[in-house]
Amino acid sequence: MSARERVAGGTANFIDERTGAAKWMKKTLTKVFPDHWSFMLGEIVMYSFVILLLSGTFLTFWFDPSMREVEYEGSYEPLNGIKMSAAYASALHISFDIRGGLLMRQIHHWAALIFMAAMVVHMMRVFFTGAFRKPRELNWIIGVALLTLGIVEGFLGYSLPDDLLSGTGIRIAEAIIQAIPVVGSYLSYFIFGGAFPGEMFIQRIYAVHILLVPGIMLALITAHLMLVWYQKHTQYPGPGRTEKNVVGYPLMPVYMAKAGGFFFIVFGVTAFLGAVAQINPIWIYGPYNPGQIGAGSQPDWYMGWLDGLVRAAPPIETHAFGVTISWNILIPGLIIPGIIFTLMAFYPFIEQWMTGDKREHHVLDRPRNNPNRTAIGAMSLTFTMVALINGGNDLLATHFDMSINQIMWFSRIGLIALPPLAFVITKRICLSLQRADREKVLHGRETGRLVMLPHGEFIEVHEPLSPEKAYALTAHEQLPPLEISGADSNGVANPQGIKGKLRARMSKASQEQIQKPTAKEMLELEDGHH
Amino acid sequence: MSEINMESNKEIAPLEDPGLPEHVHRKTDVDPLAAKKAERQVSILFSLSAVGTILFVYSYVWIPDDTLIFLPIFGTTNAHQLLLGLGLAMALFFIGMGAVHWAKTLMPDHEVVDYRKEQRSNNEDREAFVATVKDGAGQAGLGRRPLIKRTLALALGLVGVSPILLLRDLGPLPENDLNETNWKAGTRLVTDPGDRPIRPSDLEVGGVAQVQPEFPAGKVRHLDDIAQDSVLLIRIRPEEFNLDAERLSWTYEGIIAFSKICSHMGCAVALYEQTTKHLLCPCHQSTFDVTRAAKVIFGPAARPLPQLAITVDSEGYLVAKAPFNEAVGPSFWGRDSQ
Repeated sequence: MSARERVAGGTANFIDERTGAAKWMKKTLTKVFPDHWSFMLGEIVMYSFVILLLSGTFLTFWFDPSMREVEYEGSYEPLNGIKMSAAYASALHISFDIRGGLLMRQIHHWAALIFMAAMVVHMMRVFFTGAFRKPRELNWIIGVALLTLGIVEGFLGYSLPDDLLSGTGIRIAEAIIQAIPVVGSYLSYFIFGGAFPGEMFIQRIYAVHILLVPGIMLALITAHLMLVWYQKHTQYPGPGRTEKNVVGYPLMPVYMAKAGGFFFIVFGVTAFLGAVAQINPIWIYGPYNPGQIGAGSQPDWYMGWLDGLVRAAPPIETHAFGVTISWNILIPGLIIPGIIFTLMAFYPFIEQWMTGDKREHHVLDRPRNNPNRTAIGAMSLTFTMVALINGGNDLLATHFDMSINQIMWFSRIGLIALPPLAFVITKRICLSLQRADREKVLHGRETGRLVMLPHGEFIEVHEPLSPEKAYALTAHEQLPPLEISGADSNGVANPQGIKGKLRARMSKASQEQIQKPTAKEMLELEDGHH
Repeated sequence: MSEINMESNKEIAPLEDPGLPEHVHRKTDVDPLAAKKAERQVSILFSLSAVGTILFVYSYVWIPDDTLIFLPIFGTTNAHQLLLGLGLAMALFFIGMGAVHWAKTLMPDHEVVDYRKEQRSNNEDREAFVATVKDGAGQAGLGRRPLIKRTLALALGLVGVSPILLLRDLGPLPENDLNETNWKAGTRLVTDPGDRPIRPSDLEVGGVAQVQPEFPAGKVRHLDDIAQDSVLLIRIRPEEFNLDAERLSWTYEGIIAFSKICSHMGCAVALYEQTTKHLLCPCHQSTFDVTRAAKVIFGPAARPLPQLAITVDSEGYLVAKAPFNEAVGPSFWGRDSQ
């Protein structure tokens, strides 16, 4: 036994004799993970969270979360002698007088953008492949909670430097709080410690940003991963892959090396962006002053769609009995986001209700094989994209020399008209792709090779699919719609009434499919009926 | 009715599962030379990481943090921050690349099959669980001792009051704060910045100025004051006004004063277009017509900007004729907007 083996064995022995971990570790180290590029999206989220914790901790060593007024004296000449909050002055200090400080600030901000973007794309992957289905509904809900917290956390983070841009964002958040019926102005006075902007806000959101929200997120991420671990990962359909097994690489050594290596790659790319791509140059904006503003004020992208909704809102307020209800703020700022996130969280159960399918699923759907779900996803994304475009309407107008009024009207109409259109188009595309799959299985792949037959006819040579490929294209199930009739054979109305009818319609819509090749058709094909 | 018949799917899957495809050996599995080459590649990647760390240390210690260099795409940039960042990026990125390359070329790539079990526990365990819970609850005797149950419910219900009450001192009550500003009848308009009183002649036709109410000596202007008091003065030709008699009397020689705090969400309404005489809020593009008492002509704002009545005092300086007759800034529940 070499010296190295003796040390390793000794350590393992020490730990096992005290924890009995060997049995668990043996199982853990051989844990199987399916391999697919889209399974790395969630990893990016987790790694950028770690990067955020590391770079954020570095920033706290110098950041002073105080709104106390100071006069700036530092390396950035243009602001010397200007009165500002200690928070802003310390953010400048980090940027100009701490070696690597600006780099870490930029890494922190880029990591936040990557964190949010990866979370959204990961969520899209989970949605479009149906990975949220039973037994993974809880993990989906945890994901929705993490997305919501991520938006809040990001907003609080870029609000901390107390520059002119972020202060404007806080002002808008204050207006939303103030618009809440009955308690709004009280909430605002409690949160801000008095009139806006007051002198308490930065130190309060600092505690929330560096402790409260990250703490909750860390707990949720842990629960998320434990569930992934315990329930075992989903896998894409294919030969040898069933609902009862999981096919992939063992954790030790392949997955450890790949996942561990991938952490460094994500960190490296984030560091590269922090090095070469300037982000949030707070020294250009100047300190916050409620009487001033910069043109082209924009939130970060994950808030942009909310801002776009606010911009698109029609100017409606209700004045009655001496009170004011600001629908122009409440609807886009609270009601629509509330509805969107609630529907999102409950979607797994809504789908179960529509399809009546309450079984466990571990093999993923190809998006085309569930046209209704894919269309719902496309519809939601279209809504958010139009809102996001409207959130940048001023920049679009100035960069492309367009009329801001026209962009606004495009968005107002587009928010209502484009999502249903996206639904219909996506559904048709999915059905067409199903038709193409069917063709491929029955008649083989078009090779693009044209052959002239002896009697002069030209045909294109079709190459039959390999059994693996053909299986992958036909392995999915096509459920029949639920049978819920409006009335029974005696003409007695269904006791479930409107709810039943609605469900029947939903079920019919969600089960609209192109019939995949049947066993009979396949047999006929083999018999030579081409 | 709502359960799917599990058997119905058999008929639909027309093809037999051909099973896992045969394992294809990589070049590095069969060719020792290729494996040796891959090993070299991995070590080159790890070495590049080490070079990155050396670059990082060099930049930290020897490149002064105010060194500017010119680069073709980036323009003038700070060499210290740039090379520090590139060094760190290299150091991290190539560790990752090395590890992944190692895993992909030299570590085993046999796919392994593991089996799943249903998440649901078996019936025996479930029944045992329910029995344990019932048993435990029975031993605690909650059902048999209603007095304990009720007082416990009372205590638990009330205990949440304490932490909520503790939050009460987060801030004062708004009282009438949101309805009031520092503008009083006779308050002088002073420039922001500068705090100088102004005469009508200081503002040319077409000109714009930001003003604040004059504070008595010694009183400090806080950001809270600016957030409520900021006023925009605009001067146009008097005949261009399209106002009723009362609002016209609030102007002075073509000078009109509006709250600069947007009636929508409180941003500073800072963009004035001289030719159209429109004020635009850069946050949400609400557009106000100066000639018609800041009537909303576009965007999400539902109310005009509040107008401040102005005149001149005996020394010829601009003063407020009266306080704002409505609350400035965004709407709130208790705002009387009639």
